[in-house]
Amino acid sequence: MSEAPNLFAQQAKNRRQTAVWVAFFVLFFAWLGFGGDAALYYGSIDANGQAHYTVPWMGIVVTFIASLVAWNSWSRGPKRILWSTGAVELTTPHTTEEKQLLNVVEEMAIAAGLPRPKVYVVNDPDPNAFATGHGPETAAIAVTSGLVQALNREELQAVVGHEMAHIRNLDVRLMTMIAALVGVIVLLSDGMGRMFRGGGGRGLGALLGGRGKKVGGGAITLVILALWLITLLLAPLISRLMAMAISRNREYLADATGVQLTRNPAALAAALQKIEASETPTTSIKGGAAHLCIADPLGRAANLKEGRLADLFGTHPPMVKRITILRGMAYQQTKSAAPQA
Amino acid sequence: MILVLVVLLPIFIWIVLAYNGLIALKNQTVNAWKQIDVQLKRRHDLIPNLVSTVRGSMEFEKETLQAVIDARSKAMSGGVGVKDTVAAEGALTGALGKLFVVMEQYPDLKSSQNVRDLQEELSSTENKIAFARQLYNDVATSYNTKQQQFPTNLVAGLAKAQGAELWEIEDQAERAVPQVDLSLKPKPQA
Repeated sequence: MSEAPNLFAQQAKNRRQTAVWVAFFVLFFAWLGFGGDAALYYGSIDANGQAHYTVPWMGIVVTFIASLVAWNSWSRGPKRILWSTGAVELTTPHTTEEKQLLNVVEEMAIAAGLPRPKVYVVNDPDPNAFATGHGPETAAIAVTSGLVQALNREELQAVVGHEMAHIRNLDVRLMTMIAALVGVIVLLSDGMGRMFRGGGGRGLGALLGGRGKKVGGGAITLVILALWLITLLLAPLISRLMAMAISRNREYLADATGVQLTRNPAALAAALQKIEASETPTTSIKGGAAHLCIADPLGRAANLKEGRLADLFGTHPPMVKRITILRGMAYQQTKSAAPQA
Repeated sequence: MILVLVVLLPIFIWIVLAYNGLIALKNQTVNAWKQIDVQLKRRHDLIPNLVSTVRGSMEFEKETLQAVIDARSKAMSGGVGVKDTVAAEGALTGALGKLFVVMEQYPDLKSSQNVRDLQEELSSTENKIAFARQLYNDVATSYNTKQQQFPTNLVAGLAKAQGAELWEIEDQAERAVPQVDLSLKPKPQA
């Protein structure tokens, strides 16, 4: 396969970027918990240089609660997403189209060397598809009924290949994890913000006005506390932006891996074009599952444009860019195949 | 003593890792081959069904049908090696392809729900064979590359690694791009 180096290069690049983002997420998470402790620690240093606040209670409590909440939404996330879209599992096919869908999914599972994921159908006329789950063994692929009708077999295969790529690259695991993490960060930021605005305010005032002022620790306390409060306020926004950035990168990677499975970039380009051409939003798929879909179900403007703002707020890369990349791959394929024929 | 350990331990760890990596790839290759086998068997099982369904309406195409039946029995009794299997299955793919082309000329066959379902089943099986082959070739290539590359080739003998044969398309007819005739002229009967 002469196009293989190109695909692998793209995969490697996407993987590196994602690793950086996830590390950033974890650090951010740690800062929310232990940053507050740091402020309290430096604030509690008295004139003798003795710290009275030595056990990082805030970090411990935050870690405990966060783990619980994250575990809960991690283990129930995929089911909740499927439920929220009204997806119905396709077990016994009745029509030729349904048989074809199951066959196509099985073919792509074979190409990826994975067990066949569960297949769900969302009753919605707008063509769209998504994958979710914890890993290849428990993953599910959902397509709208509109997708099955609008695409031919090759294009359906390309879309299913894209979703299978999400599963093989463990994007489904990552996205489920990130959804859980973002949920926790939003929750924590809300909860802690309320605590400080309310009863906690007195404690904070005592901390700032008390012993802290006498020594050098005071300045550090103030700086850390200010930074920490700012992150606390911005946390929900920043974590959502980070989730979007990860989701965007993953779409390019899934396009590339999906094509590696089908060896047919032109079909995916054609499928994306058909999906984009239907302007009606996918009404069954709400915000919670939007970032999982092959194309933004809400039809938001940010995903259509290129540029800084779209790069920040879009959950999906611009279609034009994706189709252009795929067309390039298709061109390379025909060019390298031509001399042999 | 400690110095010797410090030098030898990483080498030992590397040997273990390289050895295990090779074994994992070897098993993946074997498994990928089994996946092809599963699909080939499925194709063999589907063909009698197809033949009995279309036989009634295809009186004139006796030799096309017979070619499929012959190719099937040959593929089923065929050898064990990669080369033999590839040759026999390639012949079967060619015979089936011919049958599908001929079937296109029978409108009552094309409109039958039963035949359409069977055709979807068979073309899906053809795809599955192709994708299983693709996976096998990919896995076998990375296995072959790994055991030839330095320094993994040093432990290749230890892991009893041998080059895996790729499934290459031998049949010229299968390699060629299919010609699609879009003119509406009546076809000359061969």
